[in-house]
Amino acid sequence: MMIDLYTRRRIANATGLTIAVAAMAFGLFWLCWILWTLLDRGLPALTPMVFSQMTPPPGSSGGLLNAIFGSLMMTIGGTAIGTPIGILAGTYLAEFGQRGWLAPITRFINDILLSAPSIVIGLFVYEVYVVHVKHFSGWAGTIALAIIVIPIVIRTTENMLRLVPSTLREAAASLGAPQWKIISFVTLRAARAGIITGVMLAIARISGETAPLLFTALNNQFWSSDMDQPMANLPVVIFQFAMSPYEDWQSLAWAGALLITMSVLTLNILARVLFRQKASTH
Amino acid sequence: MNAENIVKPRVTVRDLNFYYGKAQALNNINLDITEKKVTAFIGPSGCGKSTLLRTFNRMYELYPKQKATGSIVLDGKNILDKNQDLNKLRAKVGMVFQKPTPFPMSIHDNIAFGVKLYQSLNKNDMEERVEWALRKAALWDEVKDKLTQSGMGLSGGQQQRLCIARAIAVKPEVLLLDEPTSALDPISTAHIEKLIDELKEDFTIVIVTHNMQQAARVSDYTAYMYLGDLMEFGDTSTVFTNPKRKETEDYITGRFG
Repeated sequence: MMIDLYTRRRIANATGLTIAVAAMAFGLFWLCWILWTLLDRGLPALTPMVFSQMTPPPGSSGGLLNAIFGSLMMTIGGTAIGTPIGILAGTYLAEFGQRGWLAPITRFINDILLSAPSIVIGLFVYEVYVVHVKHFSGWAGTIALAIIVIPIVIRTTENMLRLVPSTLREAAASLGAPQWKIISFVTLRAARAGIITGVMLAIARISGETAPLLFTALNNQFWSSDMDQPMANLPVVIFQFAMSPYEDWQSLAWAGALLITMSVLTLNILARVLFRQKASTH
Repeated sequence: MNAENIVKPRVTVRDLNFYYGKAQALNNINLDITEKKVTAFIGPSGCGKSTLLRTFNRMYELYPKQKATGSIVLDGKNILDKNQDLNKLRAKVGMVFQKPTPFPMSIHDNIAFGVKLYQSLNKNDMEERVEWALRKAALWDEVKDKLTQSGMGLSGGQQQRLCIARAIAVKPEVLLLDEPTSALDPISTAHIEKLIDELKEDFTIVIVTHNMQQAARVSDYTAYMYLGDLMEFGDTSTVFTNPKRKETEDYITGRFG
């Protein structure tokens, strides 16, 4: 007997839906497993000592204070350098990039930079900065992270500004406002929530980057707030400690991994909340 | 000739042609806009009525490849001249758009934004100006207690009146309204039509509308446009009751459009 068209369509629908749900479950399974393992191993290791002691030599107890501090410094530094450059360049692309050849080329190069493996960026900073000053340093790490931040912020700034309806620009122009006022008081303000979201995602991205720091900031066993010296940081410490045969190092690596994951998660949630607020005001 | 025709025109359009790239959108438009009257542009979609309106403040300059030739004389000067300062022109010729366009700032700042561009008022004078503009736009009573709140939180009709208040706060000579009520409900529309009637005491108003009845209700003069041509222009009552051309009659009687 022939199955009629409607039934066939329902079967196709059910099959498609099942496959989609299965794919989703498959992806979610690993994610949950990772999170579970992280919490299972990381939480017990997350003692107050983690926040008060320096990274220890093998066999003795210690914490991650110098690595947390170094990561904070370099993440903040990279964001502080990368964000203004990214917002300015993104604004150029969105607001002035209608004519001429410079904007399309910039956009194209930015897309390449956006998807460049971070290890390449680490090697680049190593080659042009570290080799010249002849030592690893917190500044080198900051520069590498800033180079990762810039394309992300450029892209989100441009996208968010393009979402601002052109009638808003026209309305500001129709009052006789010069272009710089239109951009700084109307369009950038209208796109503010989206741009902040982009910056937060960029912070989330760089706070877990290991490769670019390996070639630039390297690591430091001791407390150092000198940005011109090698600097401890969570990703490289995790890398080093997790690979080691010492159990107390390994458990510190778990604690560090949990810390990074939690801060990235928090930032992502914050970004979402911000963006949702923006969406509801329109 | 009735007395109104002796009034000096505020804006004189002569041999105006407009191009989107190579496509010509306006063909040799000649038209006088009378001071402190409402002139309506009507016609089917794509006939060039908005395009014509946007030449009055050269809004098209925001986009590459759009250009106008001919002359539009305001205060004895051809505003299409290369050396016409665009920002100063736009301070004299205000505009309200089809969709409400409140800026992402407070109600007060929305109105102060334009005023601050060309006048430095002290705090009191600015407050007075904001109130004046909001009263003129018949919005004051609804927002006087929430001037510091965002303009985006108002209803559509209120937002549009806020935009009108913002446009008149800079005291322009000419006010351009580009289908100002097409996104609004009938009650808000009635509000704004009443407002247009009051505003013409102070301003020269040009309105583009899709809605023929609206043109009949609010305007003193009506221009019927079709495919980039100005088909007919005259007293609104004449255009609507006794059009000279068959095409105009077909459009306003609903046989076409």
